[in-house]
Amino acid sequence: MTYDIIIIGGGITGVSIAYELAKKKAGKILLLEKEFLSAGSSGSCAAGIRAQFGSEFNIGLMKLALEKFEVLAEELEYPADRIGLWQGGYLVMSSSQPEWESLKARVIVQHRLNVMTEVLTPGEVKYRFPDVNVDGCFGATYHSKDGHADPFYTVFAYGKAAERFGVEIRKRTEVTELVRDDQGIKGVRLADGDTIEAKQVLVATGAWTHHLMKTIGLDIPLWGERHEILITEPVERVFSPMVISFSLGYYIQQRPHGSFIMGLPPEQKHRWFDPAQFDISPTWGFLERMSDTVQRILPRFKGLNIVRQWAGLYEITPDSHHIIGPIEEVPGLFSAAGGSGHGFMYGPGLAPIMAEWMLGQSLSYDITRLNYQRFAKGELVIEPAVVG
Amino acid sequence: MNLKDVIVCRCEDLTLEDVRKAIAEGYISWDELKRVLRIGLGPCGGKTCRLLVLRELANHLMLSVDQVNYRPTVVRPPLRSTSFEVFLKEENG
Repeated sequence: MTYDIIIIGGGITGVSIAYELAKKKAGKILLLEKEFLSAGSSGSCAAGIRAQFGSEFNIGLMKLALEKFEVLAEELEYPADRIGLWQGGYLVMSSSQPEWESLKARVIVQHRLNVMTEVLTPGEVKYRFPDVNVDGCFGATYHSKDGHADPFYTVFAYGKAAERFGVEIRKRTEVTELVRDDQGIKGVRLADGDTIEAKQVLVATGAWTHHLMKTIGLDIPLWGERHEILITEPVERVFSPMVISFSLGYYIQQRPHGSFIMGLPPEQKHRWFDPAQFDISPTWGFLERMSDTVQRILPRFKGLNIVRQWAGLYEITPDSHHIIGPIEEVPGLFSAAGGSGHGFMYGPGLAPIMAEWMLGQSLSYDITRLNYQRFAKGELVIEPAVVG
Repeated sequence: MNLKDVIVCRCEDLTLEDVRKAIAEGYISWDELKRVLRIGLGPCGGKTCRLLVLRELANHLMLSVDQVNYRPTVVRPPLRSTSFEVFLKEENG
């Protein structure tokens, strides 16, 4: 059996690109996932979506993604309450005068791209969001269209829609190596030894991408890093924004479902290239640090009960941007991974463009700078507005 | 027995009908059912529902409960719902 396209990875990136390709009638498409849809980083993520970035490139791209999230339930014919789009805004807090100045500078760039972020003094933050403790805050920026979407259901919705357009999805099917010859990519080999051939292969396997590319001798600079999250019991909806600090690293949001979801970057950062190293076990230290943060930032909610803590992998690259597009040394091979903590929110925006790229069409938004050749050329993509 | 009357998950108010429907749709592991139904994600942390769901999966897949696919290595503390205040270093000195 030969396919036109094989996509490896059943996270947001894989399923959304599968859907967009099928919508463009790209031929016979097979998606392979070693566990189940959303089993990896998509299903562990904090569900936040925002256009408040610092570089024009990222602001423009996330504006596209937010616009896509706004029509996603309708387009994918999936219940809107499940997609769980909640645009309660991101409230980006500053904790020093220099940080405040740089946040305000970013707002100027955002306005230029019609992302109408508001600039709030500490007093205005207190007035608009009385639960937020503004001690030590020099000001905050707020973009009302940022917010939340449910990663599980968004991935499932894309999966179902892709299947309706004819994509074959095989869960619990692990790809152990890529198969190539002198001409280019040939297909993939499965854990059971079978080989499946395809004209094009897309690797969308998050932190597992480095390992898979290595099976044909490619060295992709992408590693996994453990990040921890917790969630509280659901309570009545009382708090609308995602409150976040790039300098202190925290982010806290009440989900539409009522629970509060929150995280902090790790104290100790590992660079895991080999899946055998991947450790997503939770730590006691995170509970202490997170509880301390809640007491400081949202003291009203410190009595809430924590229901569950977990960890997932950021899939990080040297400049914290995706590695996406064709792999020049191996014609027919593509990558789409390395969201560096933002894979879920970028997914719906990147997917249509990536589908264009794979089909040799002109790109509706120029993402060619995210190709992995940038590392060899030293043309890194720099983004200031990220958490740890 | 009316499947709609059998509560499997008290936290998220899910019935045996909900569980069987999701399994029939192809969500055939504990982890997938968690994601599609939110079963096991409530305050009890799955202590009420998990074995019931695994038994349903086992029946559907015609396997024994210990053969049903779930990720035994994934532990999700805390064991029971616990307030942030319990973890505050300063207050507890």
